[in-house]
Amino acid sequence: MSLAPPNPIPVAPEHASKQVPDRAGRFGDFGGRYVPETLTRALDELVVEYERAKKDPDFHAELNDLLHRFVGRPSPLYHAKRLSNQLGGAQIWLKREDLNHTGAHKINNTLGQALLTLRMKKTRVIAETGAGQHGVASATACAHFGLPCVVYMGAEDVRRQKPNVFSMRLMGAEVRPVESGSRTLRDAVNEAMRDWMSSVEHTHYIIGSVIGPHPFPMMVRDFQSVIGKECREQCLTSIGRLPDTIVACVGGGSNAAGMFYPFVEDTDVKLIGVEAGGRGANPGDHASPLTYGSPGVLHGSYSYVMQDDDGQTSDVHSMSAGLDYPGVGPEHSYWKDMHRVEYTSCRDDEALGAFDYLARNEGILTALETCHAVAKATEIAKTMSPDQHLVICLSGRGDKDAAELARLRGQEW
Amino acid sequence: MTAIDQLFARLKTERRKAFMPFITAGDPSVAFTCKVLQLLDRLGCSMAEVGIPYSDPIADGPVIQASYTRALNHKIKLAEIFEATASVKKTLSMPLVSMVSYAIIHRVGPEKYIDDAIHAGFSGAIVPDLLVEESSALSKRCKERDFNLIQLVTPTTPQERALRIAEQSSGFLYFVSVTGITGERTELPPDLVDRVSWLRERSALPICIGFGISKPEHVRLLAPVSDGVIVGSAIVRMMENAGTNEASALDSIEALVQALMAAL
Repeated sequence: MSLAPPNPIPVAPEHASKQVPDRAGRFGDFGGRYVPETLTRALDELVVEYERAKKDPDFHAELNDLLHRFVGRPSPLYHAKRLSNQLGGAQIWLKREDLNHTGAHKINNTLGQALLTLRMKKTRVIAETGAGQHGVASATACAHFGLPCVVYMGAEDVRRQKPNVFSMRLMGAEVRPVESGSRTLRDAVNEAMRDWMSSVEHTHYIIGSVIGPHPFPMMVRDFQSVIGKECREQCLTSIGRLPDTIVACVGGGSNAAGMFYPFVEDTDVKLIGVEAGGRGANPGDHASPLTYGSPGVLHGSYSYVMQDDDGQTSDVHSMSAGLDYPGVGPEHSYWKDMHRVEYTSCRDDEALGAFDYLARNEGILTALETCHAVAKATEIAKTMSPDQHLVICLSGRGDKDAAELARLRGQEW
Repeated sequence: MTAIDQLFARLKTERRKAFMPFITAGDPSVAFTCKVLQLLDRLGCSMAEVGIPYSDPIADGPVIQASYTRALNHKIKLAEIFEATASVKKTLSMPLVSMVSYAIIHRVGPEKYIDDAIHAGFSGAIVPDLLVEESSALSKRCKERDFNLIQLVTPTTPQERALRIAEQSSGFLYFVSVTGITGERTELPPDLVDRVSWLRERSALPICIGFGISKPEHVRLLAPVSDGVIVGSAIVRMMENAGTNEASALDSIEALVQALMAAL
């Protein structure tokens, strides 16, 4: 008798399905809920309230209005002609999530979850953040709705993403640096979970990625799917057909999940997720669980993770705080095993090269996280022909990284 | 019938309550863990709960988390812990139960974990991040191997769910006293006694209370309404300096355990 993994799919479908997760939060074998009993009631309440909100036209109207007038959606799909011509391959299109209010895709999710917080009559919000983009987006949503907000952030990330820490505080959020473990995103999630264990009766935890226990991976994907839905429409209008290839970076994987999900059943569209390759393929030098990891349990769900033979989470490395995470959302693990999405990884130095390339050739400063997608996409575009189309999810802007880039290069800022 | 089942059957006839200390395995070394287990056994503890260090323990407060981190910094491995408990168990009369994350059980393989734990002298496992929805396969396997799977009920658990958890559990039911993480507290929730009594009337399983218990007055309050009490962080705190002064750490643990047991 095999006990693991639980709830396997009886017969593997030919293609990855959009009809996931099931009621237990399973994407194929992945996902589920591995959390202390204390959190169960709040997670069940969240499932109920989210289902109710999904069926409520007022909820959608309010969220859509905010996304339009407050965030500035729809974000443009921009044809990077100069870049395309220089590379001499596919036409490159940038889905400009960097132009959203707060400078990244994270706001799509935090506004949705902040509305749910109010519907559940919870009076306090907590969040974790790596690069600080989710922290800023949470602080923004909370300031907008008048909710107190505490953001947990690894002390190392507080150092390397200072501008975002300052922004969060300007909007009234309390930023709590986390000194435990590797002092990065993973430790920030642990601390936020611990806070939630004690505060769950009046606090909502706005998880920033497609990770964590059910229903978070599904719910965050749904809120982020506005990226892919818009992009699909924009491609049909601007190109006259769907693109050939879409590339997005993957840490926890929320921008990629939001971009890919609406295209999952368009099997002619090649989907490519790019993980952080760090300094190289050796253990501890990268943050690429889909490329080098194995299925395991971390932060409440079953998914690919970097772990040792005892199930202890391994240390990982990426120069980008947002990708410096040993786990990944369970739906990505499902897409990987169903061969729907191809996952690859990109080293720190390649991503840094892409930062300069896009800055000098298109006049766009790109978040270091997003640069991983840009680097791989430019490689892939070169192998394609000019009548083909490649979309990059330009998930965030790079202003936040200026000081860290200067430090990495020994330049003055 | 496991050693834990036998323990509670015996305590019932003797009209006594269980006292269960929790300690972290391998903090600062497995040799020290063995010494503490021998001390606890000599002091008459009913059972010891041995925490298997885990890198991301979200149910644990700062004291136990720091203890896990110290143990893992010494590169403690599960095999080493099991090897040490297997040898010390022969000298102990009290049963042992492991507190272990499902991340570890999944990685090792549930069958192998149970077999290895039994071989290492454990009578059961408490898996704090395995919910009743996900536990039926493991629960079944544990029953086949006569190994207890101890599950947790918390203040946020609805009553009908608590009964379902009790049905899936064996050995005893772990009643978490507070909505929160492990750690010492001055106050315990006012409705705790009622909630435990309600469940105790409806389940044949022994119920032990843990989380936040650090003082003799907590023990005095909770022992009469439960079948036993579990003390973790207060004891683990005494292990903080064991790396530099082992004898004084053992003395502090002894004094604390004696004071708490006197209140039973």
